[in-house]
Amino acid sequence: MSYETLQIIWFILIAILWIGFFFLEGFDFGVGMLLPFLGKKDEERRAIINSIGSVWDGNEVWLLTAGGATFAAFPHWYATMFSGFYLALFLLLVGLIIRGISFEYRSKDANPAWRNRFDWMIAIGSFLAALLLGAAFANLARGVPINENMMFTGNLFTLLNPYGLLGGLTTVAIFLLHGANFLGLKLEGELRERVNGFAKKLWIAATVLYVILGIFTYIAGFWNNGHINPGVIPIAAVIVLLVAGYFINQKREGWAFIMVALNIVLTQVTFFTMTFPNVMLSSTNYDWSLTIYNASSSQYTLTVMSIVALIFVPIVLAYQGWTYYMFRKRISTEKKSLVY
Amino acid sequence: MDPITLSRWQFALTTIYHWLFVPLTLGMGWFVAYFQTRYYQTRDESWKKMAKFWGKLFLINFAIGVVTGIVQEFQFGMNWSEYSRFVGDIFGAPLAVEALLAFFMESTFLGIWIFGEGRVPEKVHLASIWLAALGSNLSAIWILLANGFMQAPPAASYVYNEANGRLEMVNFFALVGNPKAWIFIWHTLADGLAMAAFLILAVSAYHLVRKQNLEFFKRSFQIGALVGLIASALIFLGGHTMGQYMKEVQPMKLAALEAIWETEQPASFSLLTIGDLSGKQEVWSIRIPYVMSFLACNNFECEVKGVNELQAQYEQQFGPGDYIPLMVVTYWTFRIMMAFGFVMMGAAAWFLWNTRKKDYENAKWMKLVPFGALALPYLANASGWILTEMGRQPWIVYGLLKVEDAISPNLTTLDLWISLIGYTAVYGALAVAMVKLMKKYAVAGPDAAMHESVDVAPSLVGGQD
Ligand code: HDD
Ligand code: HEM
Ligand code: HEM
Repeated sequence: MSYETLQIIWFILIAILWIGFFFLEGFDFGVGMLLPFLGKKDEERRAIINSIGSVWDGNEVWLLTAGGATFAAFPHWYATMFSGFYLALFLLLVGLIIRGISFEYRSKDANPAWRNRFDWMIAIGSFLAALLLGAAFANLARGVPINENMMFTGNLFTLLNPYGLLGGLTTVAIFLLHGANFLGLKLEGELRERVNGFAKKLWIAATVLYVILGIFTYIAGFWNNGHINPGVIPIAAVIVLLVAGYFINQKREGWAFIMVALNIVLTQVTFFTMTFPNVMLSSTNYDWSLTIYNASSSQYTLTVMSIVALIFVPIVLAYQGWTYYMFRKRISTEKKSLVY
Repeated sequence: MDPITLSRWQFALTTIYHWLFVPLTLGMGWFVAYFQTRYYQTRDESWKKMAKFWGKLFLINFAIGVVTGIVQEFQFGMNWSEYSRFVGDIFGAPLAVEALLAFFMESTFLGIWIFGEGRVPEKVHLASIWLAALGSNLSAIWILLANGFMQAPPAASYVYNEANGRLEMVNFFALVGNPKAWIFIWHTLADGLAMAAFLILAVSAYHLVRKQNLEFFKRSFQIGALVGLIASALIFLGGHTMGQYMKEVQPMKLAALEAIWETEQPASFSLLTIGDLSGKQEVWSIRIPYVMSFLACNNFECEVKGVNELQAQYEQQFGPGDYIPLMVVTYWTFRIMMAFGFVMMGAAAWFLWNTRKKDYENAKWMKLVPFGALALPYLANASGWILTEMGRQPWIVYGLLKVEDAISPNLTTLDLWISLIGYTAVYGALAVAMVKLMKKYAVAGPDAAMHESVDVAPSLVGGQD
């Protein structure tokens, strides 16, 4: 395969990893943020956590794989982005740490204060992670200061611009909605009613923010930064979000979940088409941007990695999909049936 | 402190921390899988209890490994961006494969194991713990292949590309076949087993002294002693092999861990060496002749090069500079690891020998086991890694890139202080929670582990109205 084809393939593969991550961990984050607000009793909280208990770590590995694949396929992208977004990523890591540990530890002690503390850590960690990831992607769409040596020249405050913050908040809102829809599918009884009520309100907030973000992106011309016009994809993203509102009101949880999931996927697709072939846009000078051509690994490495991916990605998808199928039953808050 | 020192401290802190918990995961997974298999075969409830009880401790420990691992994956880009650019073409591959092959497997199947009991077919439940154990050991293999490249890059695996100033992979199989890495893997996977065996010994001894659940803990103690003995023997053989290979690929590290200043033939082994304040010269030492020659090349006569000769040789080869690692550290960490290794081997043999007796739980030495059996492997393990990594200084990729050229140039000292202090605080808190839970579940014993939680769960959540 030609070098250029390989570079494009790896761009698409990394895009897929991010899409998978936002889709899957998106509802995890949402569930995490909803936890202390939705669960009033201990059993309820446990049921909420159990809805993602067996899958959250596997979902998080999508992020690790996206990181690892970026390192392997586009080392300069990995180097510039990770060192450039240093403090933001540090906070993201703190968020992921306190959240991950809390899933495992919150029920290992009966003290209500202990449990409550860990529940809040789950919520705060999930919020931090969603906010920072959203802000990071918004900044990637907008462009960040990068000099001729591929070095990031800003700091944390460079990332805290209005567009970045809006991107972060929108991501939080969409993930909250996604999480509520997921819980609507997994829970039963009173909790299910309660979460459906949440979903209605969240849908309004998410839709408003999402539309504002879209308009901002359009007016500022960020959609025009790469070589491809995203065209109807973002419009489709808005439409599915609106349709989701309809299904939420109809209490058709399955369809509502699918629509918001589609919205997340289409948003990511928009992002990646919008930037292609850039992977990190330089706001200092367009020509200093990192692209899939100047940031990539050698042809040999890309070839080897393609073979590895060809073998293992289908296997991983198969067994991850199978886990969801196996744990498809709704979770009741009845004490006997809860796994701690 | 300058950015390099801060970054090094941070990397050392986070990696050693991650690595304090990982070996137990590596080894304990196999134990739990074995216990559960025995239950599956015999339907003897006591095997089920073993799987449950040791499984609980396994999970408490596992959680920390996972959350600290994420930091590791990001750190190369965050703190060592020039390193990432320089070797990403090669080093990124095993890291990506690790995630794709190992992390997915381990996290997914562990999830099935935790939540699947009674929900998935029993065979699937059993297979999932084996797959989770396999996944974590595969992850160790891939990360050690990555680390092996930094320690001793196999000549056939890469070329230096003048045009873009980086290393590029030319042979994946040479990377994956790196002998240095495979000796690492041998030594390290055995270390994982030893760690788990000694934790089992320590907890069992605690209960045996108190005469609780005698049957359960006698069986555990015996299995722990047996595996502990085998594993520490494997560790020793692996370590011995490491020494010999090190002589070929990292002679400076070998000289530094022995504090040999002048080339010796045959080389003696130092029992105690005191250097001068500069750390560059010997003042006084007690030595056993021939032993170092044996350790380094399996015969009693061979030559072991000294630090001074190697320094001169490197200056010629790589230009002026200091190529000597910090010897106080390499010397002492090596001694700690090795001494503890021998004690572990001896202790495991002694325990095993004693399990023939009927009431060995009454023996006086039993009281010491809980402390010793925990301290020895943890300290040896950390020492081994500090030796390995400090011994390769000033190189980050041996002979190819120095640590000082590897750092992210855009980071300020403030950035680094924030993250260093932040990690220290978060990791400190994690350790407190983890030790508390480990202790609680270890002390509570096997009957409690059969329930959901050691204590009865409350219905209300604190602070809730
Ligand atoms: C329980 C832990 C433990 C024990 C008892 C030992 N080791 Fe070890 N050693 C490690 C755990 C370890 C490790 C896991 O920390 C290291 C770091 C890198 C590696 O692969 O294993 C290591 C590294 C390491 C190195 C450095 C390798 C290098 O940098 O190339 C040498 C030469 C030895 N070991 C030799 C020994 C010998 C001769 C032992 C005698 C019994 C011994 N080790 C016991
Ligand atoms: C888990 C076991 C490990 C431990 C305990 C460990 C420990 C350390 C320590 C103590 C240092 C500081 C050395 C110094 O600054 O003088 C260090 C540095 C470093 N190690 Fe490791 N290490 C481990 C595994 C790894 C692995 C698997 C990799 C790569 C895949 C790695 C890559 C590095 C890098 C990039 C540095 C920073 C550069 C340097 O200071 O040399 N380490 N490690
Ligand atoms: C410095 C380089 C290292 C990196 C980048 C790294 C990365 C990671 C990551 C991302 C995780 C979390 C996986 C999950 O979410 O399930 C993890 C856990 C783990 N790591 Fe590391 N790690 C490093 C050092 C090591 C070393 C040296 C070993 C073994 C020799 C190791 C073995 C493991 C294992 C077995 C786990 C899973 C078990 C557990 O979480 O306790 N890691 N590591």
